[in-house]
Amino acid sequence: MSRGALSGCLLLAGLLVMPGAMAASRYYDIEPVEVAADTYVVFGAQENFNDANHGAIANTGFIVTDEGVVVIDTGPSRLYGQALREAIGRITEQPVVQVYISHAHPDHFLGNNAFDDVPIAALPGTIDAVRAVGADLAGNLYNLVGAAMRGTSAVVPDQTVEAGTTATFGDHRLQLLAASGHTAADLMIMDTTTGVLFAGDIAFHDRAPTTPNADIDAWRAVLAQTREREFAVLVPGHGPSTPDDAPLSQTGDYLAWLVDRFTQDANDGMSAAEVMFQPLPERWARLAVQPGEYRRSVSHLYPAIEQSALPERTE
Amino acid sequence: MNTISKTLALMLLVLAMPAAAAASDDPLDSSQWRYMLRQYFPDAKVVFDDRVRVVAPDYAEDSLATPVQVRAEGLEDVERVLVLADHSPINPVLDYYPVRAAPAIGFHFKVQQATPIRAAMRTADGTWHVGGVWVDAEGGGCTAPSVGSASPLWESRLGEVEGRLWARGDRSQRLKFRVVHPMDTGLAAGIPAFFIRSVTVSDADGRTLARLEPDEPVAENPVFALDLKHAGAVTVEGRDNNGNVFSARIPAPAS
Repeated sequence: MSRGALSGCLLLAGLLVMPGAMAASRYYDIEPVEVAADTYVVFGAQENFNDANHGAIANTGFIVTDEGVVVIDTGPSRLYGQALREAIGRITEQPVVQVYISHAHPDHFLGNNAFDDVPIAALPGTIDAVRAVGADLAGNLYNLVGAAMRGTSAVVPDQTVEAGTTATFGDHRLQLLAASGHTAADLMIMDTTTGVLFAGDIAFHDRAPTTPNADIDAWRAVLAQTREREFAVLVPGHGPSTPDDAPLSQTGDYLAWLVDRFTQDANDGMSAAEVMFQPLPERWARLAVQPGEYRRSVSHLYPAIEQSALPERTE
Repeated sequence: MNTISKTLALMLLVLAMPAAAAASDDPLDSSQWRYMLRQYFPDAKVVFDDRVRVVAPDYAEDSLATPVQVRAEGLEDVERVLVLADHSPINPVLDYYPVRAAPAIGFHFKVQQATPIRAAMRTADGTWHVGGVWVDAEGGGCTAPSVGSASPLWESRLGEVEGRLWARGDRSQRLKFRVVHPMDTGLAAGIPAFFIRSVTVSDADGRTLARLEPDEPVAENPVFALDLKHAGAVTVEGRDNNGNVFSARIPAPAS
């Protein structure tokens, strides 16, 4: 290859990289908030996916250690992941050395493209789900969000998290807690050094929980167990972090109310559309993304509950 | 009267007339409405009417089963309820004859793409009263195979009916029933159309209370909610487009 052709290629590569970097900062305004020593959270919009928030609706986080930066969730797109990485670079010179993915929902893992030079770890159930439906989830988000998704594909995590193990980075000891309920595999990370619990979407705060892959009984059991834990700061998957267990109790109360309401409505003979368009009690109407999220939950949960209110088989 | 006041009087007269359903005044502003009028209501009087209520989510979370509830508020003498989706490979969704029942039905349907979902209610004078809403969707519901078509399990349960009645005031009952059926549209490659064609609900004396004719877009293993003007047990009988029949007696509500 001639020198001219080579520099042409380098120039071309430069052109390809530069617009991406510019675009990332144009779409995503990443402002990490220090919630504990060495520990930062980028809070997502308390909204549904739209072309104004570019899909950035979930919280992402990172821990700066002497042995590199640990990233927890990568956001909704390649450009978000790039912007997150740039924001980390403004805070520390430490390189990103590890990524953990809490679960296989598109707002949490589709930024993996920007971290494909780093080990990306997740629970086995999360890896299976990204492999099975990741491309569909990415396609759906392209439809909902638009141009900010460009260059995004479903990167399957390449490292398996073994439940109950501990990982150490510098002086940060991270307990890797396997749970389920929000999805079939939900990773929570407890930093025993700072007392920060990254709860993923096991906990929602002032935002209605999403239920497309939920097992409500399992989810409520995990919430009850997690309330017994000692922690200094709880970082939910959506909504503000807290020093107390408010996101856990709020999520648990909402799920309990949801099942009670659907069971009662099914036993009253209501159709799914009638259930969808009932007014919500004040406590649950004022959560972000209502009543839309409640209506989605009718689609997810009511069919099975409705069927259980019909006799087994009518002769 | 000068020309201006004549014009004004004429305009007022036009405004006072019931809204005739010309293509231009479709409240849902659907490009397909002119075709729908021609295809499904040739030579009929059609009016948009707020008393015809269609309740459905603005986004189809599940394109294979999107809930819809149709009902009339203060519209009497409804003889037939036609549910239609403008932007669907199969426009008719369901045809309902509420013989001794309220003009109200709840069920789930398949959504192929963003579409108006409409109910047209024909009153005794022959006029069609139309209401509806838009449902946005990721879509693909009509061209996807049924879950049942991928598993042999449904064959042994085909036509099983689960049903229940609820008393709703004096001589009025909510009937809800579910029928095990794949409801294949015929638009998924290699899977022929296979769907429930007719269902009749009758009382103990064999009098028809309600009759419905589902079309292909009704969801798999359909659940129907009807409001009968009748107290006591009923019989549900139906057949699909392959001639399979099913029937079940639904006992009167406990209490």
